Amino acid sequence: MEKHVIQYQTVHFNLNGKDVERTVDVRASLTDTLRNDFRMTSVKKGCEVGECGACNVLIDGEAFNSCIYLAVWAEGKRIRTLEGLLGPNGELSDIQQAFVDEAAIQCGFCTPGFILTAVEILESGKEYTDDELRKLLSGHLCRCTGYENILRAVKKTMYKRLGKEMPQA
Amino acid sequence: MYDMKALYQAKDVADAVALRLAHPEAHIIAGGSDVLVQMREGKRAGVELISIQGLDELRGVSLEEDGTLRIGSLTSFSHITRDPLIQKYINVLGEAVDQVGGPQIRNIGTIGGNTCNGVTSADSASTLHAWDAVVELTGPDGVRCQPISEFYIRAGKVDIREGEIQTAILIQKDSYLDTFGHYIKYAMRNAMDIATLGTSVNVRLSADKKTVERARVAFGVAGPVPLRARTAEALAAGKPVTMELAEAFAQAVKEDINPRDSWRAAKDFRMHIAVESAKRAFIESVKLAGGAL
Ligand SMILES: Cc1cc2nc3c(=O)[nH]c(=O)nc-3n(C[C@H](O)[C@H](O)[C@H](O)COP(=O)(O)OP(=O)(O)OC[C@H]3O[C@@H](n4cnc5c(N)ncnc54)[C@H](O)[C@@H]3O)c2cc1C
Ligand code: FES
Ligand code: FES
Repeated sequence: MEKHVIQYQTVHFNLNGKDVERTVDVRASLTDTLRNDFRMTSVKKGCEVGECGACNVLIDGEAFNSCIYLAVWAEGKRIRTLEGLLGPNGELSDIQQAFVDEAAIQCGFCTPGFILTAVEILESGKEYTDDELRKLLSGHLCRCTGYENILRAVKKTMYKRLGKEMPQA
Repeated sequence: MYDMKALYQAKDVADAVALRLAHPEAHIIAGGSDVLVQMREGKRAGVELISIQGLDELRGVSLEEDGTLRIGSLTSFSHITRDPLIQKYINVLGEAVDQVGGPQIRNIGTIGGNTCNGVTSADSASTLHAWDAVVELTGPDGVRCQPISEFYIRAGKVDIREGEIQTAILIQKDSYLDTFGHYIKYAMRNAMDIATLGTSVNVRLSADKKTVERARVAFGVAGPVPLRARTAEALAAGKPVTMELAEAFAQAVKEDINPRDSWRAAKDFRMHIAVESAKRAFIESVKLAGGAL
């Protein structure tokens, strides 16, 4: 069998607010690098083909499945994982707390991915209908919760951040 | 780790062309949502890749001096949908690509990748065919433009020549002027599913909104590559806007399409939804154009 040329490259990016630098194998996915080099274990390996959303991270504010993103592409990017949402003393952010309160977590495998998509939704500052929220959350699979509680957690946090009363369904 | 032999990262378009000439066997990778998945599946295992992901000059939508709408090949689906020029001139394209996969795939996937993969079910493809899009390719001899219908050679194969990369999709002014369209993706699931059939119709009406000046319709998954239904288009041109016309137009698409049996749907069923989708998309396009029927 033909030998692969092993290629390494140094990438610089901002991870959860901190500038970082790492030499990575060009064959690595961003999931590999975040988990193995930075111990960002909230970034889950589910399907590894872009279908399930477990590996979702924010790149320059947009949700990307990091399993189909090369680590070397992170050069110059601002990357956020669930770990970046915690307060200085490990306090949960509002959206994480809402997932707890609404029982939107069972096994938790899908949760970090969902929460980062929720962060993109919330940071848009817009008010969405339930149908719009469902569509915006549709890139994630959850085997446990049945999605309703997840939708409620996101919706509740959206109204809270908008300073509005949540309409009673 | 991806099973790749080597990765070459292009710095700009000229560099991408040079890399293409230096490594003719290498595959181009843009957003990677097809390439990396196929590499994982083993279909592209062990290949060399030329990454054009870093070519920010190929991102974004702009209007050229002669009114041509220019969509850079690396523009992602979500950026197309949000773009004000797209919303103003070819809103249906933004709506069509808003039905690709799920939100993360729409941030990752590019319109260049969606056309260069040569896939008949690609959600942008039928609309781009229906609007006579022009594909811009840049290679060692400079820029070459080609109508999208000629760009597709056969299933999975497009006309990208030695040293070339696709740099833009162009929509000419005559194509979008006073033109309104609608896309229907028929799939089993609302999200994360490939189209069983994609139907894109657009119309331009006369000033009094009573006559169809031009109607165009293209399908994805009605043949090995996306295709136009010219018989239906010719039938509708110059006719008064009526419900009967919508019905006749829809029936006429059967003359030009040739869907196949697959595990997703039988040929007869695809034929049926093609007629029904053509009718609904025609009616919706007429309404968007200000017509009544
Ligand atoms: C989970 C999932 C769901 C999906 N759902 C849909 C869907 O609903 N509808 C749909 O249409 N697609 C879907 N796709 C497919 C894919 O996202 C799209 O086809 C996307 O447009 C590919 O773009 P990309 O930039 O990621 O392409 P890449 O994977 O980078 O490239 C795709 C192909 O095009 C070539 N290429 C790319 N850019 C250029 C260029 N500028 N010049 C020359 N060649 C180029 C590559 O060599 C490759 O052959 C899905 C994919 C995944 C993983
Ligand atoms: S692990 Fe990345 S989408 Fe499933
Ligand atoms: S909580 Fe188990 S997969 Fe979602």
